[in-house]
Amino acid sequence: MKQTAKAILLPCAKVFGALALVTGLAYPLAVTGLAQALLPNQANGSLIVENGHARGSALIGQPFSDPAHFWGRPSATGGVPYNGQGSGGSNLGPLNPALQAAVAGRVAALKALDPANTAPVPVELVTASASGLDPHISPEAARWQASRVARASGLPPAEVEALIAAHVEGRALGFLGEPVVNVLRLNLALDARVKALRAARADAA
Amino acid sequence: MKDTMLLQSAVYLGLLTLLAWPLGAYMKKLFEGEYRWQARLEAPVWRAFGVSPGDEMPWPRYALGLVAFNALGVLFLYALQRLQGVLPLNPQDFSAIPPDSAFNTAISFVSNTNWQGYAGETTMSHLTQMLGLTVQNFLSAASGIAVAIALIRGFARREAQAIGNVWVDLTRATLGLLLPLATVIALMLASQGVIQNLAASVTVPLVEPLVVKEAVVDAAGAPQKDGAGRAVTRDRTVAEQTLAQGPVASQEAIKMLGTNGGGFFNANSAHPYENPNAVSNLIEMLAILLIPAALCFAFGRMVGDARQGVAIFAAMTVLFVGMLATLYWAESSANPSLTALGVDPGLGNMEGKEARFGIAASSLFATITTAASCGAVNAMHDSLMPIGGMVTMLQMQLGEVVFGGVGSGFYGMLLFAVVAVFVAGLMIGRTPEYLGKKIGSFEIRMVMIALLATPFLVLLGSAIAVVSDAGLAGLANPGAHGFSEILYAFSSAANNNGSAFAGLSANTPFYNTLLGLAMWFGRFAIIVPVLALSGSLAARRAVPVTSGTLATHTPLFVVLLVGAVAVLGALTYLPALALGPVVEHLSLFGIR
Repeated sequence: MKQTAKAILLPCAKVFGALALVTGLAYPLAVTGLAQALLPNQANGSLIVENGHARGSALIGQPFSDPAHFWGRPSATGGVPYNGQGSGGSNLGPLNPALQAAVAGRVAALKALDPANTAPVPVELVTASASGLDPHISPEAARWQASRVARASGLPPAEVEALIAAHVEGRALGFLGEPVVNVLRLNLALDARVKALRAARADAA
Repeated sequence: MKDTMLLQSAVYLGLLTLLAWPLGAYMKKLFEGEYRWQARLEAPVWRAFGVSPGDEMPWPRYALGLVAFNALGVLFLYALQRLQGVLPLNPQDFSAIPPDSAFNTAISFVSNTNWQGYAGETTMSHLTQMLGLTVQNFLSAASGIAVAIALIRGFARREAQAIGNVWVDLTRATLGLLLPLATVIALMLASQGVIQNLAASVTVPLVEPLVVKEAVVDAAGAPQKDGAGRAVTRDRTVAEQTLAQGPVASQEAIKMLGTNGGGFFNANSAHPYENPNAVSNLIEMLAILLIPAALCFAFGRMVGDARQGVAIFAAMTVLFVGMLATLYWAESSANPSLTALGVDPGLGNMEGKEARFGIAASSLFATITTAASCGAVNAMHDSLMPIGGMVTMLQMQLGEVVFGGVGSGFYGMLLFAVVAVFVAGLMIGRTPEYLGKKIGSFEIRMVMIALLATPFLVLLGSAIAVVSDAGLAGLANPGAHGFSEILYAFSSAANNNGSAFAGLSANTPFYNTLLGLAMWFGRFAIIVPVLALSGSLAARRAVPVTSGTLATHTPLFVVLLVGAVAVLGALTYLPALALGPVVEHLSLFGIR
């Protein structure tokens, strides 16, 4: 009996210890080293850097509620929306009255800012994403907001449409996933255009 | 949308087959020690461990070794979580995990379930993520593969007393198979934007600072009330976003490859840092089913008839396509209660889904992750349409044999194959046999213990939860969906899946304990009978093939196998599913 116990426990401890060190320390540290050497931008969060300052991450969405900006997905992260340390979805089931109430509120908020827009509201603008950090909306959802953004920001509608068109990212390899627009990137470009326009107007005056 | 769905699914299944076929050939040679380089490379390892591939074990010793190895894993992971506060590599100074949560998480990762009662980014130190969770991602997968290989040996061997050496199998599965594949996949994911660093967090400014209301607390930490008894709030401006960081790519790769599913972040593979785009999504989906599919082909080669493996693969694919089509159909139809509010129905049910994946890639992922025992999610299953949620649940309840978990899905499917030949044998009045082995009463008893263990745990656990206050306290959704949340939790735990209808607040002593037990017995109440089955089969003589032998590589057998899975699963779970998702579907679409 004692013999059997030893015959099992000794190799058990040795195999476990060695495999734990290889898979738990050597493997993640080696991958970290390789990724940091070969892919430093991706490995450190795909930050958008302008003039040496990080403006956000190209992969992580931000909350927008100014009518002069494009809005992204509603966020159900812990504490505040788009909380980078508390990812998660609403977990509301399709029949939950709380889901209907939340969506009704979001539809009302969007329509109040753009009463002339009678098209159905794109579903991504009123439903919470899975991560709460979704940086994207569909191109249709961006176009649906174009008239409001043009009016509130003072940019000509044609220019807003052109900005959207320039930010459409198609399906990967033509068939994977869905076409999207990165809301943060689009808004940063929009802000730059608005700033340039104001500067030009100030010069002209 | 439908066209890209068809194309994405077809390309996925095509690539999966193309990659799994050669991997199956490699696995056969690896585990049989047939490569020349193995002798040279492995010799120092066996010397250091004090084991030898020649020292073959009868099934009780193999099972004892495997259980001891996993029990040691539970102890180690529990200790690591309880001590993380005083250990290094903890840049955010997280304190020790509470005992009930640590118990649950330890069993969860060792049993290849990776049910997560906690939120990763706010509780686990980098050291715990790496030396605790990542290690078990490898070792629980290696354990599943070892059991599958041992069972195959039972069929392949003639009049043998032993089924292999557990230490050799575990080491070869980890170092010869999982580690090289995981390294390649981790770097591929990192190239797409999955982060891989040891930093605490990164802070970036918000373009639009956010004003939130927060409760004012007094010096003792109690919320202040005004004269009317209302809580006093003040405006707080949030001008920055703090992005959690860490060694994600390395964990993501093995979490998929080992069908573990425990995410670095709370949102799991929906988090853009875990799954940044449609390409990383495809890589992750392939990684989930790669080894389960390859095991079918390895099986064919090990029993000396590749067609046997193809038949099992075909049966799994038939079931998979049926499940996928149903889930996609459910998700691409819009929620009628939202359409009534003026929402565009065109894109389908987007609540709890990411825009970059959309309905097609989310449906594919949800079907794959519950077909396997993976449990990683790129969309929130709690917000799936009722029938979509039912498909994910049903796949787990069938025992995750549609490809299934690494190792566990395959040995689960072989159990059903034994049932199928047994039923066929009864119909034609012959002693049932499979792969030249007579199926006797001992074999059938082991198969039935293994097949009935999980339904017993799921239905008993759900029943306990719905009649106890502690069980009902965690519900997030009222009515039938609340029942679905509980049924899903126990289906997921006992079948070692780990995905959740995440609205259920399961990080309580009640759920942590009950689900922890369900996970442990859901794993080992199957593994031990499977090893016993293997030992008994290995000792049997081969019976010669005659004209009356049921051929088990034909389309007829595939149909028989699919039938066995569907009938057993449906009979066991139909009443419970009728109370949850079916009721929901009928009331959502106003059918009375």
